[in-house]
Amino acid sequence: MSKLIRAGFFAVIAILGAGAFARLAWSRGETVSAAWLLVAAVCSYAIAYRFYSKLIASKIFALDAKRPTPAVRLDDGRDFVPTNKWIVFGHHFAAIAGPGPLVGPTLAAQFGFLPGVIWIVVGVALGGAVQDFVILAASTRRNGKSLGQMAREEIGPVAGMTALVAVLGIMIVLLAVLALVVVNALKSSPWGTVTIGLTIPIAMLMGVYLRWIRPGRVLEASLMGLVLLVVALYAGRAVSESASLATSFTLGGTTLAIIVMGYSFAASVMPVWLLLAPRDYLSAFVKLGVVIALAIGILIALPPLQMPALTQFTDGTGPVFAGKVFPFAFITIACGAVSGFHALISSGTTPKLLERETDARMIGYGGMIMESFVAVMALIAACALTPGVYFAINAPASAIGTTAASAAEAVRHWGFTLDPSEMQRLASLVGEHTLLSRVGGAPSLAVGMATVFASALGGGTAMAIWYHFAIMFEALFILTTLDAGTRVGRFMLQDLGRHVWEPIGRVSYPAVVISSALIVAMWGYFLYQGVLDPLGGINSLWPLFGISNQLLAAVALCVGTTVIIKMGKARYAWVTITPLAWLTIVTMAAGWDKLFSPDPRLGFLSHAHGIQGAIATGALPAAIKSVADARRMVYNDYLDAGVAAFFMISVVVILGDSMREWMSVVRGHKPMVSSEVPFDVVAVAGD
Amino acid sequence: MSATELLRAAAAVVRRVIGVPDYDRYAAHMRLHHPGVPPIPRDEFMRQRLAERYNKPGSRCC
Repeated sequence: MSKLIRAGFFAVIAILGAGAFARLAWSRGETVSAAWLLVAAVCSYAIAYRFYSKLIASKIFALDAKRPTPAVRLDDGRDFVPTNKWIVFGHHFAAIAGPGPLVGPTLAAQFGFLPGVIWIVVGVALGGAVQDFVILAASTRRNGKSLGQMAREEIGPVAGMTALVAVLGIMIVLLAVLALVVVNALKSSPWGTVTIGLTIPIAMLMGVYLRWIRPGRVLEASLMGLVLLVVALYAGRAVSESASLATSFTLGGTTLAIIVMGYSFAASVMPVWLLLAPRDYLSAFVKLGVVIALAIGILIALPPLQMPALTQFTDGTGPVFAGKVFPFAFITIACGAVSGFHALISSGTTPKLLERETDARMIGYGGMIMESFVAVMALIAACALTPGVYFAINAPASAIGTTAASAAEAVRHWGFTLDPSEMQRLASLVGEHTLLSRVGGAPSLAVGMATVFASALGGGTAMAIWYHFAIMFEALFILTTLDAGTRVGRFMLQDLGRHVWEPIGRVSYPAVVISSALIVAMWGYFLYQGVLDPLGGINSLWPLFGISNQLLAAVALCVGTTVIIKMGKARYAWVTITPLAWLTIVTMAAGWDKLFSPDPRLGFLSHAHGIQGAIATGALPAAIKSVADARRMVYNDYLDAGVAAFFMISVVVILGDSMREWMSVVRGHKPMVSSEVPFDVVAVAGD
Repeated sequence: MSATELLRAAAAVVRRVIGVPDYDRYAAHMRLHHPGVPPIPRDEFMRQRLAERYNKPGSRCC
């Protein structure tokens, strides 16, 4: 009987979810409540978790609560620590969730809400959550081996080396694009600049407190830090209201870019306890707090979705970024649907903490569903803005001009409405000079979040505080990613570099400084060219980031497929091969478009040819001031094209190497032996 | 469970979620399983844990 009730329960959930999707898909010309989007997502998650993750847990890995995990067998009180599954879940979620799932859906909202929500929900159920879960389970069965090690040992040295170099490449593009998001959010915003600037001494104060004043009292220090963050928020407002101070903190894009680079360099050579670790604690609190608050706010406000289900920009003419809905919706939203980066975490700290291997299902699959839910909330926040406001904030000046009137005209031309005075009113409501062309996703997400919070908690007067709180929240963990990423990049570079020139691998001061400077210079170059780019920078960098992240997902799924085949479960290999095939198609199609599209807004090469033609005829477009600038843009186009080509070749190499391995195992040329630590080892605690 | 105990337990959960290295657990582990081996001091333990956390990819995402 209870079985029947349970079947009935899931049938109702399935029908409810399908109904909500139908309601979203067939909405034409009227606004739909965000409630439908939430229902569609949550019902799909429930079904996917209950049935699909169960299939992976029982049919493929046969996860067994009695099989001792590495944390239990190798418990050393340091690396390997058996931990309660809810704590691991929180820890894993705080590690995987960052600015990615917030920015991607915001940008992809230019296609309307439908492509975004379908990809976020379906992509996570069949792709992202599968990847995280499979890698977590595979790594747990191999004493917590990293993705790179597994790629080398399971597939082969070629795939292993390609994965290693690709991770470094991805890191560079990721850091550049995230830095660009921060720079664009703080550009000519004294309030934001002062608030974010103050988070640095706040974190250092916490670091000093934890080191010398009250060592180890992390919660005390964090509480102090959180109070000081609120003070910083009001200090920013005070500066923005003072005529003399405001001008000195109103900075341009290039100045901010140089400051961010200098900061990241300094932060990455500083001791970890002084800045990085305390800010990481702070940002974990803020992250978990804001995710919960945003969920509650959206549930209370249930804003109507002003954005249509589909806009005309699915044809590739969108102002936020160029490219058709296929493949670019699937590249723009990486984090939140499928994020290759998670494979590094699922094969990093998390597998060393699992108390029981059955916990991997909730933590791997469930944790990714949580991130997907964050992406859905970001999509709701973006689509709750009227399309006019959304495009005025997210389109570059080359598309909408520099005045509210020209923006309104451009928006009217696209078939939406925007009252010019509305933009001015909104800007002063959130305490900014202007919201026009604040590209990068952060400002429009902050406006969306501020609207949700203000309408859920009442009072438009708090809008400015909420807006700057949201900006601070995004900048806080972008800065953390920047210095942690620069540090990791430095170690990887030293590791790769020692094969070329031994001294660079040393932990000596010059080697550290040189390699850190090299990493900052690499991403800083892309950041700087992004700031100068008349198309807004995001247009070229975000797709590169999406392609690289999906490349890493392809590596992870290749490793997953190899592991599954070698376990003798080849008949279930479709579970990882399906998302792998899709991601290969998407990355190749997007990479091809970015390289060879005849549309100069989309294709790097045609853009370069266009400018070269203009140089030859002497008729440079107004946005390009000198021939030297034009030459630099051509060079950058070729560089971006080279990066895209490198990622595409990496996909081919890894896929080819994996398929060779699969065929030789399936055909019996190689023994079908799993490299798992066998079940029957004696559980001994201690190292 | 008294209010202070509850608060203390909640604080322990929060500390571990945000990833604070747990020296007391390590010291207890060493006492129990390696009674002859002196545990590394707290400062050194914290330094090693932070280095481990931030020196390689796998602790942070985008």
